[in-house]
Amino acid sequence: MSASITEPSTRQKWSAGILVVTYAIITLLPLVWIIATGFKSSSDSIAYPPKVVFQPTVEGYVNLFTTQTRLSSDAIAEPRENLPWYEQIVREKGNTIVGASRFSERFFNSVIIGFGSTFFAIVLGTTAAYAFSRFRVPLKDDLLFFILSTRMMPPIAVAIPIFLMFRQLGLNDTHAGMILLYTAVNLSLAVWLINGFIDEIPIEYEEAALIDGYTRFQAFYKVVLPQAATGIASTAIFCLIFAWNEYAFAVLLTSGNAQTAPPFIPTIIGVAGQDWPAVAAGATLFLLPVMIFTIFLRKHLLRGITFGAVRK
Amino acid sequence: MPNSLKDRAARVTPAAMINQVKGLSDRAIAWVFLGPTIIILLAINIFPLIWTIYLSFTNYRVNRPNKDVEFIGLRNYERILSDTDIWITMQATAHFLIWTIVLQVLIGFTLAYLINKKFKGNDLWTTIIVLPMMLSPAVVGNFWTFLYQPQIGLFNYVVGFITGADPSTFSMIGDVPLAPWAIIIVDTWMWTPFVMLICLAGLRSIPDSIYEAAECDCASKWRQFWTITIPMVLPFLMLAVLFRGIENFKMFDLVVQLTGGGPGSITELTSINLKREAFEKWRTGYASAYAVILFVTIFGLASIYVKALNKVKDR
Repeated sequence: MSASITEPSTRQKWSAGILVVTYAIITLLPLVWIIATGFKSSSDSIAYPPKVVFQPTVEGYVNLFTTQTRLSSDAIAEPRENLPWYEQIVREKGNTIVGASRFSERFFNSVIIGFGSTFFAIVLGTTAAYAFSRFRVPLKDDLLFFILSTRMMPPIAVAIPIFLMFRQLGLNDTHAGMILLYTAVNLSLAVWLINGFIDEIPIEYEEAALIDGYTRFQAFYKVVLPQAATGIASTAIFCLIFAWNEYAFAVLLTSGNAQTAPPFIPTIIGVAGQDWPAVAAGATLFLLPVMIFTIFLRKHLLRGITFGAVRK
Repeated sequence: MPNSLKDRAARVTPAAMINQVKGLSDRAIAWVFLGPTIIILLAINIFPLIWTIYLSFTNYRVNRPNKDVEFIGLRNYERILSDTDIWITMQATAHFLIWTIVLQVLIGFTLAYLINKKFKGNDLWTTIIVLPMMLSPAVVGNFWTFLYQPQIGLFNYVVGFITGADPSTFSMIGDVPLAPWAIIIVDTWMWTPFVMLICLAGLRSIPDSIYEAAECDCASKWRQFWTITIPMVLPFLMLAVLFRGIENFKMFDLVVQLTGGGPGSITELTSINLKREAFEKWRTGYASAYAVILFVTIFGLASIYVKALNKVKDR
């Protein structure tokens, strides 16, 4: 029993634990509510008082992925055999499916633009960070600060000229344009974070490699890259999360073709007004990957969100 | 260091082999590695900024491409600075900024202080608290409009349950006095974990030996808290405030989805106001001047603040 003076007492631990867990549960409540609403029927979702116990249904998900129209009373009465299960669900509400909704398209756009921009930001960011870390770059500190300062600008302020520029170049509402834009925005984060990770790798490793006859480039990808791999991977996830969640540029610069999910989900409406189970289903599908990443990212979280300004 | 070492390696290598072994020279590699990044940042960040500054001196309107662009000097700036509506949105922004920062610092620091007591399972609960921060503000904001519904919303129901008020009598996003609080609550829910994480890093950076020394000097726990804990965490806390300040000054997505600036224009923050000028009224030149003023404000306030931060750090 070497109880140090700074070690909190059991009572302190208990009261601290109870307070934090209470806060965590309050925090979790809206998220649980989103997931739960996705599995409610539309009447359950707007019941008063709000329903905690309900009969789960995938109606919201079916509505999310399909476009429907209201059946006439004759059509409802008309018996039909061998309807697929999802047709049956909407038919019970007096609707019929007339096609696929645009949700999967938007979701797919988010995937393409998210992964595409992350890929380019990481490739360019890693090489630039290596150059900053290992070569004598003129005005290095100024350049690094300039790279960081690009994040201080409100997106709307830059959106005006980018909108004009993209219109000139025919990049408006295209995947290429959005990938280029998000790459640029993520580059600053990537350079800063990866620069920090590479700085931590002892320079002697490369020197040894160079003496063994490696070229500078070989030393970079055979020695430095594997050492920085975990750091680069977590940086990539932060870039992906940014591109995944971004809304301002997406809503201003895209309209149909290249629109990602964040501007789209709030516009999901059913046959009669905003269909909350469908919105919740879309939100759940959209938020879930990020929640999973967050759990994996725990250790690197602080560095990623503060540009490495605070190291844990 | 590596340069001189490699030069030495090169000197002892026969000339014919140097080309084979060395590949590109260091300087060339530096350019190849840095070039694309600098070009992209110039194209997507600096060039637009310069263009914005240029447009801010004109009366250009995107939706009238055939009209001649006139150079009107500082007139856009004059109009903005004398526009009372803009001062109102600035006030709304300031109100939002001050309250979110106060609440997030208080709650965030308290949580970090408690988590630092190292109770069992604190890692799991910390991860849960951190979740909202990682989500899409637009999607989350949209769903909160559902939670805020007067009759059916969970928020109103819970508040009604606790306070005994009738949940259908108030609407967080429909009532003028409540709407600013609707966005403050969601922002605090989303971003308190951020302040908490940074405070936690600050608390963990304090070496135990300082407390042990204080204990030897018979300093009370209260005294230790004020003379050790707070000053040591302060630089971290100030950094958190800087990041939150910049982010909330440019706040757009969450508020657009939550209240859209309404009811009336009570929650119309500067970014939303700017979007309205630029992409609804299409007053491009005017909006550009507005953007420049915002950027200068953020940059100016941040620079002053960073100076203060450095002073605290050096102390």
